[in-house]
Amino acid sequence: MSLLFDAALCLLLVAGALGVVTARGARRAVLAFIGYGLLLGLAWVRLDGLDVALTEIAIGSGISGVVLLRAVRAVPEAPRPGTRPLAALLSVGVAAALSVMVLALPEPAPTRAHDVAAALPATDLGNPVTGVLLVFRALDTLLEKVVLLLALVGVWALSRDPSWSGRPAPLSSEPASAPSAFLARVLAPVGLLVGLYLLWVGADAPGGAFQSGAVLAAMGLLLLMGGQIRPPRTSSPRLRLLLLAGPLGFLAVGFSGWATAGVFLGYPPGWEKPVIIAVEVAITISIAVTLCLIVLGPPSAEEGT
Amino acid sequence: MTGVTLFGLAGAILAGCGVYGLLSAGGGLGRILGFNVLGGGVFLIFGAVARRGAAAGFHADPVPQALVITGIVVAFCATALALALLVRLREVEAGPAPDDGKRETER
Repeated sequence: MSLLFDAALCLLLVAGALGVVTARGARRAVLAFIGYGLLLGLAWVRLDGLDVALTEIAIGSGISGVVLLRAVRAVPEAPRPGTRPLAALLSVGVAAALSVMVLALPEPAPTRAHDVAAALPATDLGNPVTGVLLVFRALDTLLEKVVLLLALVGVWALSRDPSWSGRPAPLSSEPASAPSAFLARVLAPVGLLVGLYLLWVGADAPGGAFQSGAVLAAMGLLLLMGGQIRPPRTSSPRLRLLLLAGPLGFLAVGFSGWATAGVFLGYPPGWEKPVIIAVEVAITISIAVTLCLIVLGPPSAEEGT
Repeated sequence: MTGVTLFGLAGAILAGCGVYGLLSAGGGLGRILGFNVLGGGVFLIFGAVARRGAAAGFHADPVPQALVITGIVVAFCATALALALLVRLREVEAGPAPDDGKRETER
């Protein structure tokens, strides 16, 4: 029965992917991509990757979807070329080669789960994925925060000179309608609570900084769409402090690791859990604000407003 | 055949679809979407590998899963930056904006 469900899900995924790459019109392709991302999240649930499923749905489908839909409006419709036999042949070749590799995976499967299980009790964390992200592979996570920040710097750098340090353009040109303002007022507090819960529970159950940051960013966007808050000035020192809190806090803990644990990004012995939670709170704030600002795009309003 | 292998094979086919989108798209937006579909397929293969590595009381190997979470966020960064470049390119091609005109003619 569950195999039947998996097979149906796989067929839907392939249909979704084909829909994205063969859709007529950019808007249709983007809508197909959002659906494809949701199906991919469901596949991750079936593969027992709940943390990944949450991230895929929140960031890979949700926030990416908003950025893509905004871009569709600004980019002209590209002419759709006919089917490309050579490209199709090459793609089938890639899919076939990867399939052969999937079928030839070694048995028994190599795994690092034993290493994680052996080292996890020292961190006092219950969620192994959070343990890998924030302790065993903390360098990856630190660099990823920097990549997120660099992406925002790249987006801001595309603004026109006169509007640099101004405000990003609002999400819609006309004032927010009453229903969307009402929705923002009612849903934002609930969403804020859900985001904070995901952050708190992430130490022991699926959830964590990325998932929480994405939910909080979505609530920020909802407030912006409902006209409850204005896009911030990109030159605001308070905003920049929020953006830098995560990467700099993580770096500070990393450097102090030399003094307390004898290694870069080491946590002070006996204080692992509180320090990890503090780092998670700092990076969640930065992720939420950075994601929100990446969606808003480069500053465009004039100085005086 | 188990469900895990099935998802691995689906990942392989999705990667193929992504390559086709990347090669055949007429505009930048289509290529960015193809790149993301390709990424989703590769991540799904990672998911099958992680699920096969279930051991020590975990339902799946947490190391590949953590790598995929990092990968999703980095792919989002690349996508957002590429889209911002695409939008800016469109603005430049459409001609200088009125408030930017003086600056353009001074050169």
